[in-house]
Amino acid sequence: MSDTPVLELRALTAGYDRRAPAVRNASLTVASGEAVGLLGPSGCGKSTLARVAALLHRPDSGALLLDGEPVRHWRHRAPRAQRTAVGVVFQQPRLSADPRLRLSDLIAEPLRATGRSQEIPERLAELTAGVGLTPDLLGRRPHEVSDGQLQRACLARALVLRPRLLICDEMTAMLDASTTAALVAAVEDYRATTGAGLLAVGHDRTLLDRWCDRTVHWDDVTAGVLSAPGAV
Amino acid sequence: MTCDAPAAGRTGEGGRWRSYGTGRRSTRTVRVRVSAALLAVTVLAVLLVPPLVQLDQQAVDLAAKLQPPSWSHPFGTDQLGRDLLLRCVYGLRVSLLVGLVAALVATVIGTAVGAAAGALGGWADRCVMRVVDTLSSVPHLLLGIFVVALFRPGVVPVAVSVAATHWLSTARIVRAEVLSLRSRPYIDAAVSGGASRWRVTVRHLLPAVLPQAALAAVLMVPHAMWHESALSFLGLGLPAHMASLGNLIQDARGSLLAGQWWPTLFPGLFIIVPTLALAGLAGAWRERINPRRRSELML
Repeated sequence: MSDTPVLELRALTAGYDRRAPAVRNASLTVASGEAVGLLGPSGCGKSTLARVAALLHRPDSGALLLDGEPVRHWRHRAPRAQRTAVGVVFQQPRLSADPRLRLSDLIAEPLRATGRSQEIPERLAELTAGVGLTPDLLGRRPHEVSDGQLQRACLARALVLRPRLLICDEMTAMLDASTTAALVAAVEDYRATTGAGLLAVGHDRTLLDRWCDRTVHWDDVTAGVLSAPGAV
Repeated sequence: MTCDAPAAGRTGEGGRWRSYGTGRRSTRTVRVRVSAALLAVTVLAVLLVPPLVQLDQQAVDLAAKLQPPSWSHPFGTDQLGRDLLLRCVYGLRVSLLVGLVAALVATVIGTAVGAAAGALGGWADRCVMRVVDTLSSVPHLLLGIFVVALFRPGVVPVAVSVAATHWLSTARIVRAEVLSLRSRPYIDAAVSGGASRWRVTVRHLLPAVLPQAALAAVLMVPHAMWHESALSFLGLGLPAHMASLGNLIQDARGSLLAGQWWPTLFPGLFIIVPTLALAGLAGAWRERINPRRRSELML
């Protein structure tokens, strides 16, 4: 593990209206291989921060560094290597899965999009076992599976390109305890084998405390107090 | 026994509701069936009559000119003694062809423009939509006449002129759909998974708007047929010798004042019946796939 943090946010301000940004002056660091929990009440701007960190939303000001590299472009303009270095799992699996794709295509889509179709059979077998999906579910479409099963597929999709940082935005908020445990275990397995960093966003302190190496509170992130690991 | 009464009341009410529901459903079913049957008959006639019936629609018989409907000429004859039933079938053939081609071309252009504007967003979207607004502000029959006037009369210029003036509404519909889809988390997930703009559009956005675009295409067929008839009626569309519904009505104008109603009525019915049948079917499909969007499509 190197000393360069996998993700570093410096005085980040972002939102959908410049006069009222959802995130003000946020600073946060995720060291390589570290699991950081970001705790905050709903509606505080956590998801916006997660989208910025996943290069999906351009911040109004501040800096974002991935593996020490400053990020200059967002969404499609970001270099593909940088975009795919971050995997994201969203809160609502129904909205984050294309309703027309079968689960196998859903999981394999990032491989196809990056021109690595030859890896599909191998990665698909590996990941479905890892996240606990049975092969018969892979032929189904999103409306034919439960929320928990769909979220497992979404996690597999986020992991399929082997990201160095995984962002889980309220990944388990809609799920029951056993599915939550299975998903967290799958994430931890992946991190143990690859040494990837994790930013888990949520409002459940118990879960984040048990899951992550350290948990930071939203108020501290935006106050600029806790930017370095080990400051708790 | 006492608890039976309210239960009976409920079932009675339930029954009334159910029968009311089926009543409404059956009206719609009847409409769909009648439309489908009429459309099937006209399409079959248009496809089968020319190859099977060995009669010349252009055969002139001046001895039998302007005869009222009879057994030998069910729709009567025109001022050159040509059989109107045969000419109506040939005319509908041309009109349907123009309608289908124009609707298809217009939908392809509209979908491409709308998807590009919606998927690119920003200044590209603003520029494209201002062009669409500008073109929409010109009456489209006028624009169509302008396009037709640039070419020799024929099927292709008419189809081009109708297509070139009718992609605007499809472009608007497709753009609106794409804009609403673009902010969905599954598009974010695709971007995060390394998908290019092109891949996001082709793999995720276009398949989602395709039902809307196909519906717009079907609804545009009758509209395109009316336009073909209008252009031909004005003498700007198809060449005068070609049997098209617009040409037939144009030819019949003089004899209508002399009391000969059949050369106008039957081609008119041939325009109205298939287009209403098509519009009826498309309307039923539209209500099925999207009950909200009634007024946004023309017709």
